Parts: sequence; C-alpha cells; structure tokens
Amino acid sequence: MQKNRLQSGGRIDRTQVLNFRFNGRAYQGCAGDTLASALLANGVYLIGRSFKLHRPRGIVGSGAEEPNAIVQIGSGAATLPNQCATQVLLYEGLDANSLRGWPSVQFDVGSITNWFSRFLAAGFYYKTFMAPRKLWSFYEKLIRDSAGWGHAPTKADPDFYEHRNAHCDVLIAGAGPAGLMAALAAANSGARVIIADEQSEFGGRLLSQTDEIDSMAATDWVAQAINTLAQHENVRMLPRSTVFGYFDHNFVTIAEHCTDHLGAHKHTTVRERLWRVRARQVILAQGAFERPLVFCNNDRPGVMLASAVSTYVNRYGVCPGREVVVFANNDSAYRCALDLDAAGASVKAVIDSRATGAGDLQQEVEALGITVMTGHVVTNTLGSQQIRAVQIAKFSIEGTVPATLPAQDLVTIQCDLLAMSGGWSPAVHLHSQSGGRITWSEELHCFVPDGTTQNCVSAGAGNGAWELHDCLRQGLEAGKAAIEYCGLEISDLAEPKTEGIETNSLQPLWRVPAVKAPDRCPKQFLDFQNDTSVADVRLAVREGYRNVEHVKRYTALGFGTDQGKLGNINGMAVLAEYLGEPIANVGTTTFRPAYTPTSFGTCAGETVGQLFDPVRKTAIHEWHEAAGAKFETVGQWLRPWYFPDGDEDLDAAVKRECLATRRSVGIMDASTLGKIDVQGPDAVKFLERIYTHDVGKMKVGRCAYGIMLGEDGMLKDDGVMARLGEQHFYLTTTTGGAASVMSWLELWLQTEWPDLDVYLTSVTDHYSTISVAGPTSRQLLQAIDCDTSLDAADFPFMSTQTATLCNLPVRLFRVSFSGELAFEINVASDHALTLWCALMDAGKNFDITPYGTESMHVLRAEKGFVIVGQDTDGSVTPTDLHMSWMLASDKDFLGKRSLRRPDALRADRKQWVGLIPADKTTVIAEGTQLIEDTAARAPVPMCGHISSSYDSPTLGHPIALALLKGGLERAGEKVYASLANGKAVPMTVTSPVFYDPQGERQRD
Amino acid sequence: MLLIECPWCGQRAETEFSYGGEAGITRPIDPSALDDAEWADYLYMRNNPCGSIKELWNHSQGCRRWFGVERDTVSYKIAGSFKLYAGEEK
Ligand SMILES: [Zn+2]
Repeated sequence: MQKNRLQSGGRIDRTQVLNFRFNGRAYQGCAGDTLASALLANGVYLIGRSFKLHRPRGIVGSGAEEPNAIVQIGSGAATLPNQCATQVLLYEGLDANSLRGWPSVQFDVGSITNWFSRFLAAGFYYKTFMAPRKLWSFYEKLIRDSAGWGHAPTKADPDFYEHRNAHCDVLIAGAGPAGLMAALAAANSGARVIIADEQSEFGGRLLSQTDEIDSMAATDWVAQAINTLAQHENVRMLPRSTVFGYFDHNFVTIAEHCTDHLGAHKHTTVRERLWRVRARQVILAQGAFERPLVFCNNDRPGVMLASAVSTYVNRYGVCPGREVVVFANNDSAYRCALDLDAAGASVKAVIDSRATGAGDLQQEVEALGITVMTGHVVTNTLGSQQIRAVQIAKFSIEGTVPATLPAQDLVTIQCDLLAMSGGWSPAVHLHSQSGGRITWSEELHCFVPDGTTQNCVSAGAGNGAWELHDCLRQGLEAGKAAIEYCGLEISDLAEPKTEGIETNSLQPLWRVPAVKAPDRCPKQFLDFQNDTSVADVRLAVREGYRNVEHVKRYTALGFGTDQGKLGNINGMAVLAEYLGEPIANVGTTTFRPAYTPTSFGTCAGETVGQLFDPVRKTAIHEWHEAAGAKFETVGQWLRPWYFPDGDEDLDAAVKRECLATRRSVGIMDASTLGKIDVQGPDAVKFLERIYTHDVGKMKVGRCAYGIMLGEDGMLKDDGVMARLGEQHFYLTTTTGGAASVMSWLELWLQTEWPDLDVYLTSVTDHYSTISVAGPTSRQLLQAIDCDTSLDAADFPFMSTQTATLCNLPVRLFRVSFSGELAFEINVASDHALTLWCALMDAGKNFDITPYGTESMHVLRAEKGFVIVGQDTDGSVTPTDLHMSWMLASDKDFLGKRSLRRPDALRADRKQWVGLIPADKTTVIAEGTQLIEDTAARAPVPMCGHISSSYDSPTLGHPIALALLKGGLERAGEKVYASLANGKAVPMTVTSPVFYDPQGERQRD
Repeated sequence: MLLIECPWCGQRAETEFSYGGEAGITRPIDPSALDDAEWADYLYMRNNPCGSIKELWNHSQGCRRWFGVERDTVSYKIAGSFKLYAGEEK
C-alpha cells in the first residue's frame, strides 16, 4: 500500500503499477516515479547509514544533490553501485539495496561508533595513519568492515556504450524555464541546437511548482514548448542526459542514459552514450540547489529540503509527511507550506528566522490558518530513525549570530516531517569548469558566475535569478545573444507573461546556534555524506587550517558522490565565520569534471575488448596462425614470437629455431620494419644531415647500416638504408620507431630545411619483408626460380637489386641481422603470402625453420647487434655503443655537436659490453643491476645494468649485453649481477660480439 | 580538448595533432662554431612563458604537415595558426 500517495495530481501514471524491492522487501510504485519518490510513497524513510558514524539517514533532496539515498541497483555483472535514488527511474522488477548497514539498516552494529564519535573527529584518518601504527590496524578493521561505498561488479560489464561526436551552434545545459526559453529563441533561427537535461522530462522546476505562464499551467507551457521544439529538425533534445564536463574551446561532454529506465534489459542496445560536443555557444541553465539549514540533528530521516518536498507533492503525487514544520530564512519555502496544505497535510508551523517574515507568500500561508513564527529557529530535532519533533527557539541577529541560545526558551512541536530552506546556491559547476570566475554576491548570499573565458553565458537560477519571470527573460536574452553571435536571424519571440510577487530578502543563516557550544551539543551537519559537522570545521580552524582546500581534505567536506552539492556553501560560510573573514575571501574549492558520477563504461565507449587498440597484422599473419605461432605485441603489431613444435615451450622452440638457422636456413616475417621511400634532387643532402655516415659516397645498389641521433647526440633509431638511384633512397627503421622517425624527418624537412627538394613516403605497409637466413639461404632462393645471380661476386654483402622469385617481382637486400648469410626480400604485400608459401614449400629440402621475434633477438645478441629501445634508453651515444667509426668527420649531422659536450666525454659513461656468467649456467634477468663490490654496505653503488640476456643455443652458455660504467675499457674484468634475492652472480666482461667476430659467415 | 586550425585542413580536434614544443628555435648554421653554453642554450633552453607562446604542432593524424600555433598558456586561447616559412608551398 502506498500510504503516502496522493489520490490525484502529479506526473505519475497510477494505472501502471510497478513492483520493486528495496533491501529485500517488496513494494509498489507507479510509472513516472523515481526510486526515491516510490520509497517515500511507501513511507520508507530510513534509506541507509552514514559513511563514518553510521547514523540513520533518509532522503533529503529530489535530484543530483542527494547526499544520503545512495543505493546499489541489481546484482551480478550489471550491478550498479552508488546510484542516487532520486535519479533512478523506477521500473518493473527494480532491486535496490542500501550501501551500508549491517546486519540491517534498522539495526546497524556500526552505529556504536556514534558512542565514541568524539574519536572520529576531523582529521581522524590522518592522525591515526600517522601514529601509532599499531592502533591503525585496530581501527582499519572496524572501519573498513562497516564503511565503504558500493560494490563494484567483479565480472565484465555486459552492457554496450558508445561515443558520438556532434557539432552545434548552441548547446543548452538544462531544460528548465531558462533553458527552454533559450531553446525556443534559438530554434526559429535555424541554428543547430542541442538541449540536454539530466531529468527524464524537460521542465526543471516547472514540473515541481504550481506557477502559471501565459495564463496556462506551467506544465502545459512546458508541453507546448517541447512540442514546438520537436517540430524543428535543427533542434536535438536530450532528456536523461547530464552535461558533466566543460573543457577547452567549448568542448562539452554529455552522458546520455539511454536504457536504465526501461528496466532489466538484455544488453542488446546502447546503455549509455557519451556525447562529445563542440559548440559555438553554450548556454548554462542548470538551475540552483537549495541549501539545507544547519542545526542539531539536522540529518534525521524526515528532514528534507523544502523544494524537494514540493517536488514530491506536485510532480510525484507523494506527500512525505502528515504533520509538517517548515523552517526557512527566505520566502521560497512558504510555497512548500502551500503545497503541503493543498495536499492535505497539516502544516503545524512555518518557522522563519527573519524578524520581518516573508512578503506576499506569508499572507497566503496565514490565510490558510497556518501559524508563522517569525524570529524563530529550529535548533534541534528529536526522534530515532525518523523525526518525531523539533525544538524551536527565539532568535535574532544583533551584529553577530549569538554563540548559544537560552535553554529555557525552547518550545517542542511534534511533527513527522521538517521541510527546510537555507536559500539557494546556483549550480556554477560547469561555468567554473569552463574557466569562468565566480564571485560572492553580498546581495544574493551565494556564489554567482562572473566573467567567462569561453563562449558561454549563464541564465536563470544558475545565474542567481530566483524569480520565474527573471529566469524566462534571461533565457530569452541568452538565446537571442547566441543566435546573434552565430550571425543568424534573431526571432521576435516575446517574454511570456507571469505573475510577479513581492518577496523579502533572505537572511544569511549558516548555522543555527544550539543551547550548548558546537562541540558539546548534538552534531550540526554540514556535509551529510561525509558526516562533516560544524564542530569538525571549528576543530580544523583551531588546529591551524586556513585554506578552504586544506580544510576540505582535513574534514572530508565536499568529497563523495555528491561532491558537496548541498553542504559546500554552508561549510565554507562556517569556515569563514571561524576564520573571522568574509566568505568572499575564503572562496570555494575547485569544481572539476565530472559534475555527477559518470560510469567507466561511458568513458570507455566502444573502445573495449578487441576495439581497445587497433591491431596490425602482417600479410602473412594467417599462415603464422595456422602454424600455431605464439604471438607477441610490438607496438600495435602482432608478431610471431616463436613457433612451438608440438608442446614445446619457449626455450625449447627458440633453441631449435636458432640452431636450425645457423645450421641450414631460417625464415622470418620482418614485414613490420618501418620503411620510408626518399626521393628528390636533394635527397643526398638531406640524408647527409640525418645520418652519421657518409651517405654521398654510397654507390647506387649499395646498402649501409645507418644510425640517426637526436640533437642531444643520443641514439634515436637505426636501420639499413639503401641507395636505389642517384636521387632515390630506401630507409628502414625499427618496428616501434616507424611513425616517430617519419614525423622527425618531416619536422626537419618542413621547418628547418624547406629549401630542400625531397619527398618522403611511408611504404611500411606496401611491402612485406621476408628474411631468409642461414648457410643454405642462397640455394633456397635459387630453388624458387630466381632470375638473377646471387653469387657473392655478383651480389655482394650489403647490396640490393631487383629480381623475380616465382615470377613475382621482388627487391633483394643482402643484409643480415643474424650474422648468417641472409637475404631480405621486399615483395608487394598482396604477393607476400604466396611467396612465403613457395619458400616454405621449396625449403623442405633445406630443413627450413620459421622463427619468431625471440629467436631473432637471440641470434642478433650472439652477434652483438644493438636493439634501439631495448639496449638503449635515450641516454646512449654512438661512442658508448662502439660506433665511433660510423661518425663522419667531414660533415655536420644532427646531434654531432652534442658528442663534444662534457657529459658525452665523461669517462664513467655507461657503455656497451658483453657479459658471461662465471659459472656459465645462470641466466640473469634483463634489467638486473650490476655492482662492483659484493661486500659494500647498502645502498650499494650500481655500475650498470643488463639490457639483454639469453641462454645462447649456439654457444651453449648464457650471454648478456649490458651498459657498464667505463665498459669500453673493461674487457676481461669481473662485475657482479645483483639478484632480487640478494645473491650476487660474478660476471666476466667481454666484447658484445660473441659469435663470428670477423663477420665471415654473413659475407659468404 | 583544444580546437586547432591546420593551415591546410582547417579546424580539427586536438587528438589529430601531436605537439612539437616551442617554435622559432632556429638551428645554428655552424654548430661546431658554438661553445658548450651556446649549444646547450639552443638545445635545452625554452621560454615557457605565462601567456602567449608560438609553438609547433604536427597534423599527424591528417596531412602530416608541421605548422605554428600561437597559444596562450594560461587561457589556452589560440590566436591563430601559421605556416612556418614564407613563400609558396612546395
Ligand atoms: Zn592538416
């Protein structure tokens, strides 16, 4: 039975009953309800327990500001933690649970912390973390078991999310009176308009109030406005869509909640959509938050914001109380009294802190026979799990707020609901995120937008305009101004007619004094979600905190899912009072995106699973897969790592692959090498400046190993480059460096040397590269119809020529990265698989063995070839790598001057060496640090590190490559590899070239 | 996310571009003639102003051209983009 549901009124559909569960119990609500309105309709006041003190808490608000009613929805992989009951739309079968409260919210063991809550004062966590550590483990167990937020799902999210980019002329955040008016003003001009609102329906406050616009009910005016906008194709309306981020250059993000309100669905459509909007003009019309009043036990279930009470009555047809007291320092709460009276509730009294009382609305309220007590305050509430009564005291401000109130004046009024209003705070979050300033208005007693840095304007309550006619007018003006900015025709839309009323100004009242001092009286809460009280802020100031950001972190004021939407302003005002400074000087904490909690799914969008990052596969990939290759990721490339034979492990496969390559022939897919085609009359001139060696002396058809340095003299990338013609070169780069080298070359060509006539083309994907290496590689190529002579005399080491293999046009390079006789074959990628298969087929007679990146690494390490990025780290010069011979003396090249800097000439630079473990059995992990003295006391000085380490199949013992201080001069000496387990392995320093140091095999 | 104007392609989102540091750092004609301090000045010293700065951007996900942008490091406002050398495009 929905005992608090009104017989009529509201925007819910009483004929559509929805069943739902809360904390295991079955309830019924209506279509159009939120979870919060349905719970209130059923008389459920106790929703959860507070974070730190486990105090019973109920629903306070009706929207994004709600601090208490945070619930867990559903279970399993699609469970949603930390959902705001005021924003969860009710659906059939909804299953919600309180986040906290064990064994139940009614009887919570954790609430014993109430008894020693004095020990949980501001800074408790910091103080306990600091000392003594022993004590922390005791508290940690207690706190972690009983506190904490919702439960994250442990399985992958089954839902779909998407990102959508959009551009518009005018983006309007908020579809209340100001936002709708702005949209109407912009729609006729033909401007591309996006209007987004976090609620399920457009209308904002108009859905919760009983105003009239243009002599019709405000809700009818809203319906008319929506209808008008819907007829414009240039207007996109996004309900259930929160504008949560405002970034540079009018880039705005919106989270659209597409399906949650439809109930438990089958995860077949997009659940949430992230809109990434670039807007020419942004109109911020998000409205304002009503502020709570701060008095003792103001957190008791049944204490609600006055505007929220009006919303539940007018929008949801729910009267949250029977006997109500209204407490305010401003006029707006009087509307709540009128709404409650119309709903049949008994309004016991309106308590107004102002001696003057209210304007026109007070007479309306009194005409209904409701008592208005001006110059009074509510100072305390009574009750346990729900409010039972309030304590009223006389109140006046003479200069300053009195420290305490006289106890003998207290009057107790029984009630089951207290509706409070401490005034309004504009939602300046997005304005502030955009870089706009905010200032404290001494007239309105709130922070208001003041000056923008981007193309945006604030309108309506978010701009401090409380009255309806001001909201409509500001919206209209903002809409017209935006259209004018876009150079479109301004419509002659007129401001709708509304009835104005006389109001009295608000009385600033940041905390209501109690009969005792703040640290002796019941808690006066500023931030409900974090249990931050007036006493906590006072303590922080006493302990020396001055800056609002520090106080925030010390007291936890403004943290949590609500980010202090209700509590922040009161907290800052109380801080200002204790600091003895004006609020304007204290300022606010920083507003950052996201405005409300936004799911990881929305942020990730489609980029999950296989779409997380692009995967590049070579043209031969399907053969590797069929052959059972194990793959590794190199940049975005998937490369064969090794080709296990049967159930071979990595070590066994690599040993077999390496030995076969040295004995007969190995074949490797090297297609991922970066390839750049360089052409133009100034190609030589350009490459002379890029590479360290003498490019001009290279003959056509010759290859060279080339290195390029950064201007700091450090090795940047390496590879084979070949001269294909007088003005035509072909460069290879490392797999990982392909894109950055291309961009680096373009940088110099475009910015520093635009006079050079040179053209660069990336041909990485155009050509696939197959490397065949081993003593029988020449015979293998001859076996597949090679049309040219491959003899050393005709085709010497480090040269290139075109040829046909199997009737396919190819370019051959006689280069070697294994130390064996080897050929690299470039073939158009379309033909790569054909050629590979032909080589494998013909290779049967030569014991051909495909090998992957791991064997490639081992083979090159045996030969002492460096891998840029593995053996180097951006701090290694060519000299450190024994490559001084590659530095041409008679020309300038990038980085050359840096090689003469004092740091490049230091004797103790880390330099490239080979290492062999003295026991010839221990394989040292890559990254292991080297030390000189095993007896040295910690911290032990380190003299280098191991960059590559393998168990060499060819040599039959482990080898390592390392960067060792002064390494060039240390061959034959002994150093120690310092293992993680504390042991030290003696290593002998050798040349980095372990195998065929004369290079006879590759020249064969 | 910045909105950057490529002089060749027009306004595009920041994600299409990569950053190249301060613009107008001219490479010395003869580096070998510089002493260590002068070379280090070219190599490492940058202005890092609080306010307007000219910097290099590359339209790496687009036309691959490098160009200059004048940007305010405080407000992130972009005054404009410019090609890096006078005269005709190649
Ligand atoms: Zn471009």
